[in-house]
This record gives sequence, structure tokens and C-alpha cells, in this order.
Amino acid sequence: MPGAAPVKAVVMGASWGGLNAYSSVLASLPEGFPAAIMLVQHQNASTENRLAWLLARYSRLPVVAPEDKERIRPGHVYVAPPGYHMLVDVDETIALSMYRAVHFSRPSIDELFFSAGHVYGKGVIGVILTGANEDGSEGLDYIRRRGGLTLAQSPQSSEAPAMPEAAITKGSVREVLDLERIGPYLAEFLIGLRDEKTEHPGRR
Amino acid sequence: MEPQPAISDEQVQVEDIEIRLLLEAIYQLYGYDFRSYSPASMRRRIMHRLTMSGFSTVLEMTDRVLRDRQFFVVLLNDLTVNVTEMFRDPEFYKAFREEVVPVLKTFPFIKIWHAGCSTGEEIYSMAILLEEEGLYERAMLYATDIDKNVLAAAKKGIYPIHAFKQYTDNYRRAGGRQSLSDYATARYDSVIMEQRLKRNIVFADHDLATDQVFGEMHVILCRNVLIYFDRPLQQRVFKLFGESLDMGGFLCLGTKESLRFSGNEESFDVVNRPLRIFRKRQMRPNA
Repeated sequence: MPGAAPVKAVVMGASWGGLNAYSSVLASLPEGFPAAIMLVQHQNASTENRLAWLLARYSRLPVVAPEDKERIRPGHVYVAPPGYHMLVDVDETIALSMYRAVHFSRPSIDELFFSAGHVYGKGVIGVILTGANEDGSEGLDYIRRRGGLTLAQSPQSSEAPAMPEAAITKGSVREVLDLERIGPYLAEFLIGLRDEKTEHPGRR
Repeated sequence: MEPQPAISDEQVQVEDIEIRLLLEAIYQLYGYDFRSYSPASMRRRIMHRLTMSGFSTVLEMTDRVLRDRQFFVVLLNDLTVNVTEMFRDPEFYKAFREEVVPVLKTFPFIKIWHAGCSTGEEIYSMAILLEEEGLYERAMLYATDIDKNVLAAAKKGIYPIHAFKQYTDNYRRAGGRQSLSDYATARYDSVIMEQRLKRNIVFADHDLATDQVFGEMHVILCRNVLIYFDRPLQQRVFKLFGESLDMGGFLCLGTKESLRFSGNEESFDVVNRPLRIFRKRQMRPNA
């Protein structure tokens, strides 16, 4: 019997309200979290990755402002640099790109999600958080089609509901969760999965 | 609406093979070598073109590429990312003025190579900076790119006027001493770079993936080009740059690019880490 593929990465996307949402999710992830976290926040181009610095204050996991070709390691949080798309490459390194903006955004959530779905298949969880446009719903659907688990922040717990609503309407989302449930859900899902993989190779 | 069906690992693998065949076809027919580019990045761009042009498979698009040169030109424009602006990352130009120019002033003659110059905005930025620092007369600037179409645009030096508001702002933040409009003439909805900036610029096509060492340079600018390459190709290019640079020459990369993975880090000193300015060590590489 094929066991569940281990989850190697959790990819997340947000725009309006993202800083609050990310700090809430990261604050509830324990040390030793077994997967990499990769996140995209829509923002204007700048040479500095201020968001990485801000989020480091809320996270027990090391937060990385990644360079191109950096190895993706479990238990680390990678924040897409402003002005660049952040992609997962086939050798599980980070590939940055300045290819055209998607939904007027670079970084774009779709770009991260498509590449993560391609490389990790079942081994990725996609999460759409609060946001004011439709970026991410195509990419989340690709993750779903590749067998990955897909989550969305509930519209009523989102500062801007348009982004999770677009993903839910598209039929890409398996679980809709209030903001404060997302971090604990991920921790339980990943750490539970690791402990009980012989008994329940799937969700609890 | 029916949800779209699952995509298996096997389907993805087939698509990967089709992409490799497409890149091989492009190399054999047109001579552009994208076979060692970052697979993730290439895949996204190919899929974008596939969707935009309404093909159902990469193989179908490959068939078109093999028979239709016009279509290849469209695809080429997707495969080579031509994102640039004048004084892009103004902090870089400011640091270049403050930390590199004083050294260049001690040289009798300066050779600068901008690898991957795209449509030329940044080579004109460098020309302006050198002129303001009194170095233009003794400088030779080599601007190269893989794509002949963008090189032709770079040579012309004509840019849309709407972009100039941003460029003017960049120029100021880069420590510009005049007004950017001193270096260009507006005509209708375009801006044309002054002819005098072009006197010492040579435009040439050069493919970092296949071509060889390029002169004894004092400065190599290659910003946001290496991010599109895979690691082995990056290492080739770092070696090429090492061999093309004079002792004490400067290497300037994009702000998210790193020598860390180059296999050649020890040949360079760091001049400015956040803005990725490095300097080739003053010793014989094989001594």
C-alpha cells in the first residue's frame, strides 16, 4: 500500500491583511516543524526584504530572506523577496525570477503554487489567506490536481475576503478554516502525520 | 463547472520531456541554448506562452516553433526575460559611484562589460554615471545580450516617455548630479538617448551559455541574468567572468544573486555585500 507522501513544504499566499495573518499562523507553529514554509505577500518592489525581518519576531522557526539557488530546508520560513517571483526548482532549491507580473503582482502566489505543485506533487500543502484579488486560486487548483492538500482562510475571518473566496468558488479548496485555526491545524496535521504514519497514512 | 481532473506524476514527467525536446529543437534550429536554464523558471514561461497561444501540449507548440520563425520570435521574447529600467536599484548606482568610481579614477583606461544588457536602459545609465564622474572619455562599454532583437532596441536607445517619471526618480536616488532630461530628447511619446552617450558603447551578441571569454575587463555588470540559469551553467559563467576580469576588477550582480553557490567565492573580495559588488583578488589564480 502506498503510504502518504511526506509533506515537504507548506506554501502560502496573501495580499491585503497578510502581515497579521502570517504573524498569527507563524506564531502557532512549534520549533522542529517538519516542513519548509514558503510564503508570498503582495508588496511593492524594494531591495530590502522587510517582511522577513518583521515576521521573524513572531516565528519560532528561522525566517529566511532567500537568495537565488538557496536550498529549501525543513523547518525554515522563506519569504518571497519584493520584486521577484519565488519558485521551487526541481532540485528543491529556490529559483527567483523577474518574469512578468501575474495579477499585477511580483511576487505572485500562482507562480509559487504552480512550481511547488509541479515539484512536490502530493507532498505540498497550499494555503490561501486574506487578500483583495484572485492571485493564487489557479495555482491552488493546480496543487489540488497534483494531490496536495489545499486550505483557505475563512472569508469571515479575513481582512479582505476576495482571495479566499475566489479559491473557494473555483473549487480548489479542501478545508476552510478560521485564521486562528490554521497554524494549529498545520502543526497537528504534519506532526500527527509523522507520528502515526504507519496507522493512518492520511489526515486524522 | 466541472472540477478539472487530477494530474499524475507521469503526466508531469511527460510534460518535462516535451519541454526538454522543445529546448533541444530551439537549440538545433535557431542556435539559442536554453537547455541549462533553471527548469522551474523555464517551465513557467513556456506554460505561459502555451496558454496565451492556445496550444494543448508543449509538443504541439514545438511543431509550430520548428515551422514558423515568426512564432519563435514571440516565444523567444518569453524565454528571455527583458525586465529592466534606467538606474534599476538606485542604491546600487549610488554605491558604484561611491565605492567603485574612486578606484576607476586611478586607471588610465576603463573597460566595462554589461552582460545581459537587454534593451539597454542600464548601459545608458552607466554611461551617464561615467560622464558625470568625468570618466566617460577613457571608458569603453561593451553591452551584450543573447537576443538580437533586444540588442537592436538597445542600440536605438528609444524608450517610452511614460517610463521616464520612474527613471527620473531612480536617477535622483542614484546620486545623479544633473537632470535626466539633459541626456535625452523627447519626441512625441518617446524619449531618445543622446547620441554622445553612444560614442563609446559597443553592442554585440554574446551567449553566456556557449560563448567564450570577453576581453580584460575592469568591471563586469551582470544583474538578474544568472537567476535564470541552473547551477552548473552559473558555475560556467562565474568561471568565464573570473577569466574575463583583470586583477582587481569589479563584478556586480543582482541583489538576490550570490557567489555562495558559484564554486568561485574565494577568488573575490566583498566590496558591498547587500548590493552585490565584488572585486577579483589581486593574485594569480593558479599560483
